[in-house]
Amino acid sequence: MLGVLLSHWRRKPGQLATLLIGLAVATALWSGVQALNDQARASYDRAARAFQGATVPSLVAAAGGDLDQALFAALRRAGVPVSPAVEGRVRIAGHPYRLIGIEPVSLPRAAGLTVLAGGEATGEGFTDFVLPPGRTLAAPETLARLGLPAGARPLTASGHSLPPLAVSAEIAPGLLALDIGFAQAALGRPGRVSRLLLDPGWTGTLPADAVGLRRVDPAPGGEMARLTESFHLNLTAFGLLAFLVGLFIVHSAVGLAVEQRLGMFRTLRACGVPAAGLTRALMAELLVLAAAAGLAGVAAGWLIARALLPDVAASLHGLYGAEVAGVLSLGPGWWLAGLGISLAGALAAAAAALVRVHRLPVLESAAPRAWEAASRTRIARQGLAAAAMLAASGVLAATAPGLGTAFAAMACLLVGAALGLPAVLGRVLIAAEATARRPVLHWFWADTRQHLPALSLALMALLLALGVNIGVGTMVGSFREAFTGWLDGRLAAEAYLRPASEAQRARLEAWLAARPEVTAVLPSRAEETRLAGWPVELQGFTDHATYRDHWPMLSLAPGGWDRVAAGAGALISEQLARRAGLAPGDAIALPTPTGDWRLGVAGIYPDYGNPKGQVRVALAAMEARWPGAAFNSLGVRAAPGAVPGLLAALEADLGLDPADMIDQAALKRESRAIFERTFTVTAALNTLTLGVAAVALLTALMTLSAQRLPQLAPLWALGLTRRRLALIEIARMLALALMTALLAIPLGIAVAWLLVAVVNVAAFGWRLPLHLFPADWALLVGLALACALLAALAPVLRLARTPPAQLLRIFADER
Amino acid sequence: MNAERRRLIRALGALALIPAAARAQGFAGLGATAGGFAPVLPATRLAFPADHGPHPAFRIEWWYVTAVLTDAAGADAGVQWTLFRIALAPPGGGGTGWQTPQLWMGHAGLTTATTHRHHQLYARGGVGQAGVGLAPFRAFIDDWHLAETAPGRGSGFGPLAMAASGPDFGYALTLASDRGVALHGIDGYSVKSERGQASHYYSQPFFDVAGSISLDGAARAVTGQAWMDREWSSQPLDPDQTGWDWFSLHLARGAKLMVYRLRQSGGAPYVTGTWITPGGHPEPLAPGSVSVEPLDWAEVAGRRLPLVWRIALPGRGLEIETTPLNPQSWMATDFAYWEGPIRATGTHPGRGYLELTGY
Repeated sequence: MLGVLLSHWRRKPGQLATLLIGLAVATALWSGVQALNDQARASYDRAARAFQGATVPSLVAAAGGDLDQALFAALRRAGVPVSPAVEGRVRIAGHPYRLIGIEPVSLPRAAGLTVLAGGEATGEGFTDFVLPPGRTLAAPETLARLGLPAGARPLTASGHSLPPLAVSAEIAPGLLALDIGFAQAALGRPGRVSRLLLDPGWTGTLPADAVGLRRVDPAPGGEMARLTESFHLNLTAFGLLAFLVGLFIVHSAVGLAVEQRLGMFRTLRACGVPAAGLTRALMAELLVLAAAAGLAGVAAGWLIARALLPDVAASLHGLYGAEVAGVLSLGPGWWLAGLGISLAGALAAAAAALVRVHRLPVLESAAPRAWEAASRTRIARQGLAAAAMLAASGVLAATAPGLGTAFAAMACLLVGAALGLPAVLGRVLIAAEATARRPVLHWFWADTRQHLPALSLALMALLLALGVNIGVGTMVGSFREAFTGWLDGRLAAEAYLRPASEAQRARLEAWLAARPEVTAVLPSRAEETRLAGWPVELQGFTDHATYRDHWPMLSLAPGGWDRVAAGAGALISEQLARRAGLAPGDAIALPTPTGDWRLGVAGIYPDYGNPKGQVRVALAAMEARWPGAAFNSLGVRAAPGAVPGLLAALEADLGLDPADMIDQAALKRESRAIFERTFTVTAALNTLTLGVAAVALLTALMTLSAQRLPQLAPLWALGLTRRRLALIEIARMLALALMTALLAIPLGIAVAWLLVAVVNVAAFGWRLPLHLFPADWALLVGLALACALLAALAPVLRLARTPPAQLLRIFADER
Repeated sequence: MNAERRRLIRALGALALIPAAARAQGFAGLGATAGGFAPVLPATRLAFPADHGPHPAFRIEWWYVTAVLTDAAGADAGVQWTLFRIALAPPGGGGTGWQTPQLWMGHAGLTTATTHRHHQLYARGGVGQAGVGLAPFRAFIDDWHLAETAPGRGSGFGPLAMAASGPDFGYALTLASDRGVALHGIDGYSVKSERGQASHYYSQPFFDVAGSISLDGAARAVTGQAWMDREWSSQPLDPDQTGWDWFSLHLARGAKLMVYRLRQSGGAPYVTGTWITPGGHPEPLAPGSVSVEPLDWAEVAGRRLPLVWRIALPGRGLEIETTPLNPQSWMATDFAYWEGPIRATGTHPGRGYLELTGY
């Protein structure tokens, strides 16, 4: 019996290809996105397990800055189990790397580095690590990024040659681990340590003379997974959308295959095949096809993931500082899951058709379009459901904040819009029909309406793809505009310098003050504290017109800048304001080494891309409250043309590391590059989804064209030429596509609004001003029409070439 | 302690670090001085107090104290305090500060009839976390120390304060002796096997001890006698030298006996030692003049160890049998060994320490 069933596909290879392609594409997009998510999560897990140097409690200088190394021996000899670590950043071949110096003998076991025990790093034992020339331990990814083999000695921007590289999978990517002595030399901080790591099992108390030390507990694990959750949720939502669009294709292909084989099924049933047996056989057929398509889809998904991974990794790095391994490694679980979702999706898409076959009355005459006739009531019901879904979407978006409800609102909006499409199009067609004067036109509209049920799934797919495309495009465009303006205000100084020490800072300031081309020097300090249980960067800045004139603000209390300058007010980031529910005029209490610092919120500013909260206060007030706060950067105002010369002179005169100075243009360039890469993945998925929709449209039209002949034959008999009929068919498709595309515009704006006003706020804590880009819409509408034209072309060409004899036979053969 | 540390120390490569191996270092062949370390030469004459301090040109060295103690209730106890120095590279390798090629390891043990506790520490040299200094003598690692509280005279140490602790035990003792040190072998050049292997080796076996020991926070006062060994060498252990049974005994009437048995696969053990008269005069025991035989074995830490011994020194009319205070005196350190107090009965009763390695 399976042979009989499969013979259908032999006769209709195009239909088979459609089904397989639809399912494969859906599976590919879904499993590709899952692969990206899995890869990123695996990287976070590994990073959480990998040696970061930060996973144990530590003692730091309460006043900030480095500690004297002698404190290490003094504390050890007082019985405190500390281990010294020195940390910093180095720049190698233009890229920054985190460098940590550790002392493997005293390193607490809980810090998680076993590599020096000679296990993983073959031949790179303890002795090699601690004795000259030492070793630079790094993850395989880091070596790949450095483009250096094991044994090579990386050269830092300051001209220091690091110890030979040794590979260790135990070290977090992006981190270089050296013995403390070599690290102190590489960072130019001999005899200094950043912090003293404490054995977490130690329960003693610090000796009374250990003043000026502060205990810092490590951030709870899984931070990265939490921070990046929203990013992955976005990806997953995209994958799901693409998968659903793909299932539209499967649904229409399976529905058609069942429709065309009704005669065959009836014959089989009449020959004594039970309904259950027939259904089982059809299901088996479907599963075989789905398995084949699923395998191809998962393989394609792997290719998609591999192609997108570098951009995803770059986005996650730019947005969250998360290190994601750049080489795809997926387990059998992922392949099986991909195959599973393909089978499940195929069954779900074919469920209606299977039920129909199961209930098939043996004696029912073949009526291939009976389901279309019955669909009018269905369309009406769908219209009602659509209205309910859209209402639910509105309620969800308006009332519930969280990310989960934001996506639920998005889902309601999309499903509601898709369900409502046939009803809306039907109304439009009825209205058009009413205005039609000429009979052919009248028939054109009526016949188009007659087509609607068969095409509605494909049109829904097109609507969703276009709507999401417009929505995401609008969001990205709005973000780009906001981000560009924000960068301009934020990076108002012409150059930024990062002194390595207080002494160097003083030298820098004195040197800059003597330069005539420098109009202002804007020092700043930064420390980390917590507010409302959230990590918050506290930044001290100098009151200057640069900030008053340029710093982007969302809201500002009257006299806000003056209050900040006087040390009584603070500017807080949008994320912090939303999270802590703060508004201008509210009071905050910031924990500082000298006790809680009570400040009024003077204003709120956007701080895009920062996973932490931020508070900006007057520098002098911060220095008083937080003695020894770490120096952050030195903004330099100067004529833009003078900046390159100034930076060159700084390097020549003061030996400032080029890694520690950057001009405004370069900084903006870097920021924009990060921004663009962040949305590369979104754009790619967007385009792929649109492609799937085009395939869906093509499939629907191809399957439909065979059924068109009986309807067109009478018109031909009435005197319309085949050429004219073909043009009418094309016009019909274009009309439907155009209407769908036009409807996609308001849908897209609604999607964009949900993204910027609800999803982004829930996911990242910032809201963007919505900008509209009509030129992009025009492009998309054009694209949709081109798609429809392409999809209509093949069936229409076939129609135009149909011999008149066949058209005549229609009347004789029509069942 | 833990697998990481164990692997860390294994990564030291050819260096044999366990006390067994450490002691066996001294047995290394004279001509086999490896990789540029200083050789042990018979012509070398020890000088004090300089030789109380470290000899970084040699591969391995230790300051090793055992004490047999008695509390006010008459209960026996024993403590061990050891500081090992291991050179990671011969002179000229490495540098200063963090690149100082010296690794230090401390072992401490406290044994009573029913309890045995021990702890282990590691530290790198060059940054003040561990080391040995002179004038005054001070050996330390983290908060453990063995340090002169007043200057010594001649080759002898001044009074010493000795302290160490682990999570569940600790001790703080003072050691005092007015004697000079006793040099083993020929003027401290101690030939250890028929192959001519040697170390520089001297002892101070005449310390009187007082202080307190504590177990699980409960301290008690103790008095007793202590024995310090100082030894350094450069050569690695031969593969067929499997282990070592070592005795230090405070005998009645004031004499001291150090005797050891080096076991080798496919050959008779090499047995020798030093008789130290009550006046402090060391008399080397020629191989064959002393016999050391196990009498009884016991199961300790999954191993079968000889814990009851007969020692015979016919030339001195000595025939004694030793039994352990606590058979479970197992030092489960990275390189595990048995080390605990023993009591001797027979012609020369007394107390002392036994060390069994390589089992």
